[in-house]
Amino acid sequence: MSLLEIRNLSVEFETAHGLFRAVDSVDLEIDQGEMAAIVGESGSGKSVSMLALMGLLPWTARITADRMNFDGKDLLTISQKERRKIIGKDISMIFQEPMTSLNPCFTVGYQIMEVIKEHLGGTRKELEARAIELLGLVGIPAPESRLRAFPHQMSGGMNQRVMIAMMIACNPRLLIADEPTTALDVTIQAQILELLQDLQHKRGMALVLITHDMGVVAETAEVVNVQYAGQQVERQNVVDLFAKPQHPYTYALLSALPERATGKRLPSIPGVVPGLLDRPTGCLFNPRCQFATDKCRSTPPALHSKVLCHYPLVDGKPTNNHPGVSGPGSSGQGSSGQGSSGQEALGGNV
Amino acid sequence: MIRFILTKLGLLIPTFLGVTLVAFSFIRMLPGDPVELLAGERSVSPERHAELMAALGFDKPLWEQYFSFLVGILHGDLGTSFSSKQPVLEEFFVRFPATIELATCAIIFAALIGLPAGIVAAVKRGSAFDHTLMGISLTGYSMPIFWWGLLLIILFSSPDMLGLTPVSGRISALFWVDTETGFMLIDSLLSDEKGAFRSAAAHLVLPTIVLGTIPMAIIARQTRSAMLEILGEDYVRTAKAKGLSPFRIVGIHALRNALITVITVIGLQVGVLLAGAILTETIFSWPGIGKWMIDSISRRDYFAVQGGIVLIASIVMLVNLLVDFMYGLINPRILHRRS
Amino acid sequence: MSQVQNTLDQNETPQTEAPKTISPFRQQMREFWFYFSENKGAVAGLFFFLFVVLVAVFADIIAPHSPIEQYRDFILIPPAWQEGGNVEFLLGTDPVGRDLLSRLMHGARFSLYAGCIVIVISLSIGVMLGLSAGFFRGMYETIVMRVMDVILSIPSLLMALVLVAILGPGLRNAMIAISITYLPHYVRLARASAVAESARDYVTASRVAGAGTWRLMCITILPNCMAPLIVQASLSFSTAILDTAALGFLGMGAQPPASEWGTMLAEAREFILSAWWVVTFPGVAILLTVLSINLMGDGLRDALDPKMKRS
Repeated sequence: MSLLEIRNLSVEFETAHGLFRAVDSVDLEIDQGEMAAIVGESGSGKSVSMLALMGLLPWTARITADRMNFDGKDLLTISQKERRKIIGKDISMIFQEPMTSLNPCFTVGYQIMEVIKEHLGGTRKELEARAIELLGLVGIPAPESRLRAFPHQMSGGMNQRVMIAMMIACNPRLLIADEPTTALDVTIQAQILELLQDLQHKRGMALVLITHDMGVVAETAEVVNVQYAGQQVERQNVVDLFAKPQHPYTYALLSALPERATGKRLPSIPGVVPGLLDRPTGCLFNPRCQFATDKCRSTPPALHSKVLCHYPLVDGKPTNNHPGVSGPGSSGQGSSGQGSSGQEALGGNV
Repeated sequence: MIRFILTKLGLLIPTFLGVTLVAFSFIRMLPGDPVELLAGERSVSPERHAELMAALGFDKPLWEQYFSFLVGILHGDLGTSFSSKQPVLEEFFVRFPATIELATCAIIFAALIGLPAGIVAAVKRGSAFDHTLMGISLTGYSMPIFWWGLLLIILFSSPDMLGLTPVSGRISALFWVDTETGFMLIDSLLSDEKGAFRSAAAHLVLPTIVLGTIPMAIIARQTRSAMLEILGEDYVRTAKAKGLSPFRIVGIHALRNALITVITVIGLQVGVLLAGAILTETIFSWPGIGKWMIDSISRRDYFAVQGGIVLIASIVMLVNLLVDFMYGLINPRILHRRS
Repeated sequence: MSQVQNTLDQNETPQTEAPKTISPFRQQMREFWFYFSENKGAVAGLFFFLFVVLVAVFADIIAPHSPIEQYRDFILIPPAWQEGGNVEFLLGTDPVGRDLLSRLMHGARFSLYAGCIVIVISLSIGVMLGLSAGFFRGMYETIVMRVMDVILSIPSLLMALVLVAILGPGLRNAMIAISITYLPHYVRLARASAVAESARDYVTASRVAGAGTWRLMCITILPNCMAPLIVQASLSFSTAILDTAALGFLGMGAQPPASEWGTMLAEAREFILSAWWVVTFPGVAILLTVLSINLMGDGLRDALDPKMKRS
């Protein structure tokens, strides 16, 4: 049995313009000690699905799922009180903005000790010793003196380390890191990722990494979920994903990596993730897909061996009787949608 | 921190001088003649008039009068009240505890109700409770408190209605309580009279409600909006992700941040309270400085008005300074910038 | 498409967008009404306020009696629905036999009049002082702001009382006194806006284009700090009514036999335990009027303040 098992998770929000489906039938399975990544652009519902798991969504959110189990406990039916015993202890989550995610009115030490006290208890002395140990573990120099520091007295990178220390304080079995490096300098990013990986190995935690950075994925993850507009479009292990991307979106994401660029211009995916008001019919990716056909524009695709596409790619070419590949002129059509009016280079967004 | 306070105090000096100048010129602009006021019905000969004017210092040039007024302030001498022939400073401090007692009770009452109400309204945003509470607090904010006092007297003190509370004064005339601290609640406890404390407390109820109504409304509204903003902050989500109880999240993590705003708001109510004290004390014949000022103004008690303005304005300024100081103390981001 | 784009931009920041759009006024009004009408309390307040205004305007016509005529045979008649009431005098009569309802209707005039005059005086003088202080800076600014500090450190009612004692009691002097105590709020707001705005590029641009000081201050900067001023004005409209009534209650405002609501309360005070209606109704009138204005003020703030609107 997996540590975490999510089947067919959907999250809907009630808005002034109707129901908005931020997460659409997402699956996730992760075992003890495994590392999975969820990849996608901003607005693809990566964070929302994990926040739903944590129970951190506002009450306007409607969460449905066939199954949402953690360690044999059903998180769908669990009471708030029971959930609070798991959250912060067995499952914990690190957020994107370290500077605003720590309470400005309390010392770093207080905020770390608080979570230990809540879940494990202990005397003040024990808590303090543990907090110092944790701060050392996440690589904060002179942890004893930092205990009494306030978040605003430290840099973003340091604050993110504090955040990590706080979230691993109770030895969680699953750690969710929601874009933990996005708000940080590039040099710090690598350090934080290394720290996370290191902790994961040493402690045998399961780690879910939410990111929009394919480069980060390549370095860290084992299994990758690619998410687009709330839907899970592809799920593969990392080696296969990079070698043989099957969904046009994954393919486009990978092409947008600077390392993979062949021409002078960095390829980009034109357009943005559809929001509430501009949701297309058929496949949600069709307006931005270079291989889109009339079928894509009319019928939503079904899951084809873990790929949500009518024409899964093989070696960058659509299969399954794609009208474009039957003839030799396919490449012309394929490139027509690309780069013509690239608004947002995904690589540049990273 | 000490330097911070000193700088702030330094900034207050020109304002304080301004207040003295305003108070000084105000009473010299008052229509009428101080000597004739003193004399009342009796007629005063011109010689005697000039003599009295000289005795009061009104014969000197204005700048000299102002200067001696300032020198007097430095020596703690604010002149002598016409009506009581007592030093103004003494007059003031005889009545001051009554006002402090009333104002303190009012602000405690306002905070005790306004703060939790604002917090709950923010947590249950959009609920019936929220709407009701905001309606009540806007009504409180719009309340003409002099009428509110009369209405409460009708409801609570009128023998036809509830007949629960006394109508005026600080304590029933049946008791004789020695003045130890000037605070009737404390003095009545110290005295041996049975029931004195009860009587003093009963006399405080209505004035406290009347004076506390507007601050209560303001505190509730401000607490709500501060909490609403803070409950959306990232660190509140972090607190939830730590698996803390809602009580801890709202009562510790959010409230601690909201208090920075709310304490400032409470502190800024001092001016409102003192203005309200004038009305409240008038309605309930409360022997405090508000009533004293009203009486002094209508009696044209020149030096009492002059001294009263200076003293009251000084209190407002000092409390505002204290609020500044508190703001620095409870907001770590400011505290550490200075050290 | 461009039209749609325009509306969207407007939704984001109505104030700063306003000068640039094609038909800004209508657009802004429609937008304003959209946000204002979302707040049900504000709409209710608006309607009640309009009702009070109508009553005040047509008091002569709709009031059943003269506000000062004393019906000696009908002294302290309770409201019509109470035992001993008289349908002639719907809300009863006061200690000298004047019809309470008529007095209240005429009293609305005093309150609204006082509120308006206080706003006009304090807004115009305050904005002028504040704008010029923020614009010229230096010694002038320091002096103006210190004077405002002085006014602020004296509780407003005390200040007003002393001023009225100097000027002599009466509604006109009460209004002047209250206006002075409200000055600091406007001065501070206007100065802050002027300081912030004069650093903006568009001000520099018009300065470079040769706009005179006066033009810069009034035509360029002033419209951009209108929103907070309007909100403040709505706030002080209600407090002005309260303070006028308070002064009247203390005998320093409108003088009898004027049917100003505060003055009516002062006259009725001694009958507090014997004739509840003479005390209750004037207060209810003050409370409801002030409440309706405050409700409107809340709606105004929601509709004018883009920051609050988003939350």
